[in-house]
Amino acid sequence: MKNVFGKMILAFFAVAMMSAVTPVDDGYKVGEQAADFALKNVDGTMVSLKDYKGVNGYIVVFTCNTCPYALMYEDRIIALHNKYASMGYPVVAINPNDPSVKPGDDFASMQARAKEKSYPFKYLFDDGQKVFPAFGATRTPHVYLLDANRYVRYIGAIDDNAQNPAEVSVKYLENAIAALKAGNNPDPSETKAIGCTIKVKS
Amino acid sequence: MFYTALFILSFYSFPASGVLPNALTLPTKDTLFIPVYNYDELKPLITKDNDTTYVINFWATWCTPCVQELPYFVELNKTFKNQAFRLILVSLDFKKDYIRKLQPFVVERSLESNVVVLEDNHSSYWIDDIDKTWSGSIPATLVFKGNQRAFYERTFHDPDELKEIVKPYLNL
Repeated sequence: MKNVFGKMILAFFAVAMMSAVTPVDDGYKVGEQAADFALKNVDGTMVSLKDYKGVNGYIVVFTCNTCPYALMYEDRIIALHNKYASMGYPVVAINPNDPSVKPGDDFASMQARAKEKSYPFKYLFDDGQKVFPAFGATRTPHVYLLDANRYVRYIGAIDDNAQNPAEVSVKYLENAIAALKAGNNPDPSETKAIGCTIKVKS
Repeated sequence: MFYTALFILSFYSFPASGVLPNALTLPTKDTLFIPVYNYDELKPLITKDNDTTYVINFWATWCTPCVQELPYFVELNKTFKNQAFRLILVSLDFKKDYIRKLQPFVVERSLESNVVVLEDNHSSYWIDDIDKTWSGSIPATLVFKGNQRAFYERTFHDPDELKEIVKPYLNL
């Protein structure tokens, strides 16, 4: 009897675990259209993708103040905007973290960081954490390249060497933008990289 | 094994004196003794097909939730020390931190026999190869025995949760 009960508990645990570990794969896939959003920028204004006029696409980057991987890519994200905004592909940076879980990713700290590094792009706060799950972002940094009609064309990493920009051998994101400009589909259209989890209340 | 190699090496270098120079008898704090593997070298360790249950945790000292859950893995290792169980902590620390940060951390927590470093830029390949569902965030944990396996891209919040996951593999 005790054994049966024990097995029932185990079965319950197994089911509970399985539901708890369902991977976050509900977000946008390549080829799907992303919904627009309205998030607060570090300058206090609300920003939506439709506010960008005459663009050819958007480099949406989920990033933050605190993740070492995000910080290693910070200068590269600035450089990407400086290079591609004038070609119609602005960087739209979004901090997805809950600052009550990750101190240092609060709005005031975002403002301070943006000022310190003179971010040339919008740095938006996913207040309420509704936007990153819609995209299906799971880590920082996590890039979504959208075309002018907000269709997702590339998901993944900026390049293949986080630790050393001088040793990058494949610039995934830049190659993907080049493909779009040439009217082609990016290949690869998805890449994976190590990053920090997006911080949510457990 | 490292000590043995060092021991032999030190004799080899100084055959005449027969005395072990102090500098070579123990690794200094500037010597990295944690094994550093690329993915091809790591893969045999995380795909073994035998009766041992393996728990592979991907972590880094820079990853706060990883460091928070690490004691639960250490406890797991103690709990199942008499079972066919092996814990491997795969560090994804940055190269610049191996000696400065990772090694002191490993020594302080006596994790020498469990930690290996994975250093491989082809993450877009190996993340998928380890598990198709893994997006690349850490902490992430692989549990397997033979063909039985499960992958968890998440943080654990208490040791019991982990123990309950591992017990069925050990037929407990």
